[in-house]
Amino acid sequence: MNEAVRTKKPSKLIRGATGDWEVVIGMEVHAQVASNAKLFSGASTEFGGAPNDHVSLVDAAMPGMLPVINRECVAQAVRTGLGLKAAINLRSVFDRKNYFYPDLPQGYQISQYKQPVVGEGAVEVDMPDGETITVGIERLHLEQDAGKSIHDQSPTMSLVDLNRSGVALMEIVSKPDIRSSEEARLYLTKLRTILRYLGTCDGDMEKGSLRADVNVSVRRPGEPLGTRCEIKNVNSIRFVGQAVDYEARRQIEIIEEGGTIDQETRLLDASKGETRSMRSKEEAHDYRYFPDPDLLPLEFEQGWVDGLAAELPELPDAKKTRFIAGHGLSAYDATVLTAEKETADYFEAVARGRDAKLAANWVINELAGRLNREGKSIVDTPVSAAQLGAILDLIGENVISGKIAKDLFEIVFAEGGDPREIVEKRGMKQVTDTGAIEKVVAEIVAANPDKAEQARLKPAMIGWFVGQVMKASGGKANPQAVNAALKAKLGME
Amino acid sequence: MSVDKETVKRVARLARIAVTDEEAASLQGELNTILGFVEQLNEVDVTGIEPMIAVIAMQPRMREDAVNDGGKAADIVANAPVREGNFFVVPKVVE
Amino acid sequence: MSGITDLTIAEIRDGLGRKQFSAVELAKGYLANMEKARALNAYVAETPEKALAMAAESDKRIAAGTARALEGVPLGIKDLFCTEGVHSQAASHILDGFKPVYESTVTANLWRDGAVMLGKLNMDEFAMGSSNETSYYGPVTNPWRSRNSNAPLVPGGSSGGSAAAVAARLCAGATATDTGGSIRQPAAFTGTVGIKPTYGRCSRWGIVAFASSLDQAGPIARDVRDAAILLKSMASVDPKDTTSVDVPVPDYEAALGQGVKGLRIGLPKEYRLDGMPAEIEKLWEQGKEWLKDAGAELVDISLPHTKYALPAYYIVAPAEASSNLARYDGVRYGLRVPGDDVIAMYENTRAAGFGKEVRRRILIGTYVLSAGYYDAYYIRAQKVRALIKRDFDLAFEAGIDAILTPATPSAAFGLAAMATASPIEMYLNDIFTVTVNMAGLPGIAVPAGLTGDGLPLGLQLIGRPFDEAMLFRAGEVIEQAAGRFPVSEKWWA
Repeated sequence: MNEAVRTKKPSKLIRGATGDWEVVIGMEVHAQVASNAKLFSGASTEFGGAPNDHVSLVDAAMPGMLPVINRECVAQAVRTGLGLKAAINLRSVFDRKNYFYPDLPQGYQISQYKQPVVGEGAVEVDMPDGETITVGIERLHLEQDAGKSIHDQSPTMSLVDLNRSGVALMEIVSKPDIRSSEEARLYLTKLRTILRYLGTCDGDMEKGSLRADVNVSVRRPGEPLGTRCEIKNVNSIRFVGQAVDYEARRQIEIIEEGGTIDQETRLLDASKGETRSMRSKEEAHDYRYFPDPDLLPLEFEQGWVDGLAAELPELPDAKKTRFIAGHGLSAYDATVLTAEKETADYFEAVARGRDAKLAANWVINELAGRLNREGKSIVDTPVSAAQLGAILDLIGENVISGKIAKDLFEIVFAEGGDPREIVEKRGMKQVTDTGAIEKVVAEIVAANPDKAEQARLKPAMIGWFVGQVMKASGGKANPQAVNAALKAKLGME
Repeated sequence: MSVDKETVKRVARLARIAVTDEEAASLQGELNTILGFVEQLNEVDVTGIEPMIAVIAMQPRMREDAVNDGGKAADIVANAPVREGNFFVVPKVVE
Repeated sequence: MSGITDLTIAEIRDGLGRKQFSAVELAKGYLANMEKARALNAYVAETPEKALAMAAESDKRIAAGTARALEGVPLGIKDLFCTEGVHSQAASHILDGFKPVYESTVTANLWRDGAVMLGKLNMDEFAMGSSNETSYYGPVTNPWRSRNSNAPLVPGGSSGGSAAAVAARLCAGATATDTGGSIRQPAAFTGTVGIKPTYGRCSRWGIVAFASSLDQAGPIARDVRDAAILLKSMASVDPKDTTSVDVPVPDYEAALGQGVKGLRIGLPKEYRLDGMPAEIEKLWEQGKEWLKDAGAELVDISLPHTKYALPAYYIVAPAEASSNLARYDGVRYGLRVPGDDVIAMYENTRAAGFGKEVRRRILIGTYVLSAGYYDAYYIRAQKVRALIKRDFDLAFEAGIDAILTPATPSAAFGLAAMATASPIEMYLNDIFTVTVNMAGLPGIAVPAGLTGDGLPLGLQLIGRPFDEAMLFRAGEVIEQAAGRFPVSEKWWA
């Protein structure tokens, strides 16, 4: 990988015993292509399944079997490339990567080595401090996933299931542009967001749809790149952070104690938060890549790419910009709302024809907070955008107060129903009848002459009266009307 | 270029074929004969020539993204030398 | 009925149509011949029940007037083709017991057209060899013998079983495959006609792969017409093989009888080798005369990279083979030899399962693809291959319709005669045929005369891509001028 120079904020440096260190990170992310069938066969990509049930003769590498490319997998790779603002290569070549492993039935993995389908691109990552960093994309290529070996069923044998064998993966290789564990986590988060927006990968890390190989090295700021270690198959965003933190610390300690780093492959032990060397790789690999003679070079027209580009959905960066410019949201709110496409869609449905800032506030604070407590995601929210919109309408129409709205939201969240009907049936309407309010005000002022006297001298006391009136009205009195009536009664104009 | 016995053994290891010392010695001779024979390719001026990837120039046909295969685990493992249920079985792999 | 098995496929079609004999009678005739000819070792598996059942079905079809193109024609199938539920082992120990659950496209096409399967034919292991001596099932003996000797001769290879069976009347025609000359050389050694069609003409799906960019299936038959009839059925456009070319299959038989008047036949000067036997030289001259007498124009041409085809082939073919044969690992099918761990299991299985020649080629292929050697060997060979193809392209662009060359540099040689020779001496058998595979072109071998010892010799015609019809036309002219070459004495029966 080549040199990548970014001016460093001192805060991103790691303090060692002998001075500051910079950690340099590059990531290879394996994203499972969202498709019905496998990359080169008609077997299902569905997760799970009985052993060897989602396997065709091709996936099991029966003698004489030949791969046939799934057009949709190519389209998904191109869409992803477009989403990463990357160069699309109209001609690419599938190569064979040769090695023996029980879950690799062909004895080679079909991949793209010298001529990948997607070239250089970039991902913009917003940091919490407001900085935006750009992580370069080196390339994206298509390749086959391997099957699965199960080691814990017998002391002497491993079982092999080929259901995953041949599922299409995109390997997305970043440049070594990442400088902290936080950047690494947020890069992967952003990449996942883009993939999910595009619909090219479901991003489900629990099912292994997204896995990262993290390359970590350390150096003194301004020095050439150090020797890197590759931490394989990290399968959660949190673990990526752990892996980087541990590995950077480990390497710094070795160097500071006068040692050198061995270039090696390591595994993350997530339970201990440590990385360890993969000792089973005792011999250097020699993959003997060469173009797969069963597959002609992959060639397509610019027109096809343009067609895919035209149908691309709005991506998070564009959406965020639009939310800021069009809806007047803060950068922070816009970032939160666009992190998941479903959230952004929900917000837009609520905000349509309403106060966007109010909508954003409700989606981010009330809805997201409530869902979070339930461990639910926006996809299974019990309060639809139409229901939340109706609640906001009731506030806007002064039918209910903001406080009552929260109670109403809670009812809709727990029981469902039409907010307007609930307000009607349960008598939650705000009282705006000035006569009725004035009557209550008069009663309370009359009952508390000493406090009324104080309030005339100390206007802040009015708050106490507002509270009493609201309490007496069961929270339904319109606060503005109460204020106005109190001020008139107490002669505070 | 010619190969020594150690190279023969390394290549055999890469190809996952067990060779005895004796076999390695005789393979060394045979491989060197063949490598000597192909040496004449160095006479050819290949400047500016693209290596051939496909002998017949055509665009690959692609398949549509339809699930129309699988669901035949019994067939998949029918010829397996060792199996357990519909799993293939291999000596334990240590990672 | 004497002579029923001496009939050509065209004559069988006729005789069955006129109810002169039944398909079952014909199949029985062949099964009887096979039984008496076991000494030739042409078959590795006989399928008499299947043959009789298929023949009975053919008789029904004929009676019903719904006969298909190859109705009742008894064929032998090279063991490289996967045939459902039937021995399909590429004549290798490593595929011990393998019975595929699928049928190769080429054989499925033949059965679709009503052909009858007699059994699986012997061959060089994984089609690697030029004498049929590398078979795990032992060598095939050529039905031809020298006039003054009873010494057994090889039938050529790798399709030695196919050629011997056709010559010895053990089948009416046979499937074969050709990676460097494996159809044409044994055809020339046995006085039969063999055509390797253009790369992409016959589907490779279900044929055990040797070298994917070179392998092509084709027929070996008694005469040119039979070869045309068989190829028509074998060839197809197969969605399961992306290298199968989307060009309709013409009626090759219709091309017969058109002659060569006005055609331009190229004579490449590079095929005149130093030390070439005078008989071969004479045969080639004779061939030129025949074509000239039939009205063709003879044109001297140059294919300057001819001599580099064989060395380039011995890089490209083993490289592809080393990868194609990686799937034989003792896990999913075939032989397994236990070992202490999975690597030992692989190494023991592959050491015991592959014969000497196959192991040699896998090692050469592994070496030329390995790190540090790939560019010097593989890439250079593929560049030379591009030049070889360009030589032919230029000749055809200059208006050449077909190219005439000898098929082999010698007649059939003695069994075990090459046992102590260097591998290169054996490889030189393919010197005239291998260029055609490297360029992906069609080539036909037609018997054209006998040596002084009474052994058959063949001429080769090379055509433009997908112009097999031209080869049948010109081949028929040679056939008519040269006469037929049936085996004179059935010494084995």
